[in-house]
Amino acid sequence: MATIAQPYAGTYPRPSRWEVIWEWITTVDHKKIAKLYLVTSFVFFILAGIEALIIRLQLARPDERLISAETYNELFTMHGTMMIFLVVMPLGVAFFNLLVPLQIGARDVAFPRLNALSYWIYLFGGILLTSSWLFEAAPNDGWFAYANLTEKTFTPGHNLDFYYVGLQILGISSLIGAINFFVTILNMRAPGMRIMRMPPFTWMVMVTSVLLFTALPVLAVDLILLMFDRAYATNFFNPAKGGEPILWQHLFWLFGHPEVYIMILPAFGIISEILPTFARKPLFGYPVVVLSGAAIGVMGWGVWAHHMFTVGLGAAANSAFATTTMLIAVPTGIKIFNWIATLWGGDLQMKTPLYFALGFIAMFIIGGLSGVTHGIVPADYEQHMTYYIVAHFHYVLFGGALFALFGGIYYWYPKLFGRMLDETIGKWHFWLMLIGFNLTFGPFHMLGLDGMPRRIYTYAANNGWGFWNMVSTIGAFTIALSILVFFWNVYVTSRKPADAPADPWDGRSLEWTIPSPPPEYNFARIPVVHARDPLWHQKLLRRYGRATGNDPLAQEPADEHIHMPPRSFYPIITALGLPLMGYGFIYQQDHKAFWALFAAGIIVLFLGAFGWATEPTE
Amino acid sequence: MATEVSATHAAHTSTGYDSRKLFMWTFLGSDCLFFGALIATYILYRGRSLTGPYPKDVFNIPYTSVSTFVLLMSSLTMVLTLSAIQRGDMRAFRVWTLATALLGCVFLGGQAFEFTDFVAKGLRPSTNLFGSSFFVLTGTHGTHVGIGVIMLLSLFGFSLTGRIRQESAIYVEMIGLYWHFVDIVWIVIFTLVYLTRV
Repeated sequence: MATIAQPYAGTYPRPSRWEVIWEWITTVDHKKIAKLYLVTSFVFFILAGIEALIIRLQLARPDERLISAETYNELFTMHGTMMIFLVVMPLGVAFFNLLVPLQIGARDVAFPRLNALSYWIYLFGGILLTSSWLFEAAPNDGWFAYANLTEKTFTPGHNLDFYYVGLQILGISSLIGAINFFVTILNMRAPGMRIMRMPPFTWMVMVTSVLLFTALPVLAVDLILLMFDRAYATNFFNPAKGGEPILWQHLFWLFGHPEVYIMILPAFGIISEILPTFARKPLFGYPVVVLSGAAIGVMGWGVWAHHMFTVGLGAAANSAFATTTMLIAVPTGIKIFNWIATLWGGDLQMKTPLYFALGFIAMFIIGGLSGVTHGIVPADYEQHMTYYIVAHFHYVLFGGALFALFGGIYYWYPKLFGRMLDETIGKWHFWLMLIGFNLTFGPFHMLGLDGMPRRIYTYAANNGWGFWNMVSTIGAFTIALSILVFFWNVYVTSRKPADAPADPWDGRSLEWTIPSPPPEYNFARIPVVHARDPLWHQKLLRRYGRATGNDPLAQEPADEHIHMPPRSFYPIITALGLPLMGYGFIYQQDHKAFWALFAAGIIVLFLGAFGWATEPTE
Repeated sequence: MATEVSATHAAHTSTGYDSRKLFMWTFLGSDCLFFGALIATYILYRGRSLTGPYPKDVFNIPYTSVSTFVLLMSSLTMVLTLSAIQRGDMRAFRVWTLATALLGCVFLGGQAFEFTDFVAKGLRPSTNLFGSSFFVLTGTHGTHVGIGVIMLLSLFGFSLTGRIRQESAIYVEMIGLYWHFVDIVWIVIFTLVYLTRV
């Protein structure tokens, strides 16, 4: 049913609880979907964070016996898998959803129902993966699940079945979303919004989307090979029949390396949005910044075997990948210099988003530098499989991606929720998180170089690792405290009236031209864009008396019928088919009767798809 | 001046291409990576099976050539399907849609027979590397064909109820793109797996 989006006066009855639930289940509004992703990823963040805290409790002292070795394997596997697939990636997608239509001047994404489908598949896939704990079969061979430890003979039980089924389902969500955002950015830009006028965040979404839809299929194949080896005794990773376990690694890291750029490029985009606003200067070197993002995306395909230096590929291969790895540091370094140049000479507004952006730059530089040291092959022989590697990726993923995401949350919170998060509490959050983060992961550099291996559930006292492990555990609980401070901020803010202005930060891009929160249709008039940073451009024109004619960004209601896509019940139905198929496939290996569950899943999937295809869309 | 502005109307796009067509092209691009990884796996393991049956023991090239020809002809009928709906000739559209689906089913039937024949000759997915990589690769391709057949039969059904009309040609074009892609993948597989053997 079409919504006639015109403001109307008078009172109207408050929606009932069921109407509200129905509204969220059937929404195709990108802004609501953004909220769904935000809330769901924070739930998984808490769960994956608790897994980390248990790990830290176990490792705080030598010879600790809080948990068994088997449970420890599940904990570090699930912590990594959940943080990557259920927290960092979906938090990024939350921002894709909120910002891409607004920044390009569109009213929604190209395929609103597919957008909702991506969310529901993520939710159900995440529930399936996490439910493995309840079935006492959480994945336990590392988030990278190296063959042939993952073969049924060596890892019996359903742990790995939950792994490949869960990731396959989650992959579908991301694949669909990536194509959706790619088409949206290419096809739904407002008049005058040329590619080189797009905000840097949307640019990074475009590159990330390409990485997603090219890299995920490779992981999908790897998971299929693993599925067949475990369920149907094929020989892809079976050395007895000539299979090569290293095939798993090649395919995994062909996905896995673009995956880390998938996680960091949106964060780079967020930083490129925050710094200019709070330095009150345009982004320094915009063309170079966005094109180096594209370069990182392309070059990211050429470095995968730097995760495999110690596997025995030979000196020629190792040298080649060491070279490409060194090279990929260049575009990243270029971005850092451009960000510093953006800040240089700026009129810095010391608000919470800027704190997180500055924290990002510092922490990401540290993580990037340790990454460059991994690229030196003989050095990597010392570092590989030690805590030095764990330090690196936490500095770039937590100190990098997560700090940027939090900065983005503080920056765009007023736009999405109509309220400004508290500045004082925000700064407490930042400092506690920064200190806690460095206490947790800084020591890992020392521990790793001192020889502490990864993935050990305990260690003897005479290694001398006890002190730094204890420091790290204290740091981990400090991080947890900072997250509680953040939730406190959210709570305190929710009690305030939703009266944030449209443009609280003197912003530069189109999302700040519409109310906070935006109306369902986003733009009363589709803006006409004449320059990069169109809002600053218009403000400066007005300030210097050069504005001629009508304001191309004006949002007075136009005399037009705005037609928004109607709500739909079918995305959630279609999505539901997948976990049914998933559980059915996992357990049919025990009892053939579970094929009925699998079949039921296919039926639900088809019913959803047919309902979708046949419902009215106008 | 009251104008009708729709968030979903496909009239104006920044590139000039219909978003739905762009979606299908992008999806097919990602599917290239998918089949690429499977084909790479097959080629990696080519000639490395420790025990037989080997390709020369099971392949029947004339038989599979006929099967390939059937699939290629289905691409021809797919083109005729699209041409029919673009002209508004719904009767011809239904004939050619059914023909394409039928040819697809013949191809799948041929594959099914081939698979049972190979199993009878002692080649299963679990037998050796050749069995594993062959069945997973061609089985994945066959699944893609099957999904295509379902989409074609849905088109046929919807055209009977009038839901698919001349204005819906874009959807036929999308399914046509998919169908041709699946055909091209088969040409690659037929060449690399059946014709150029170790």
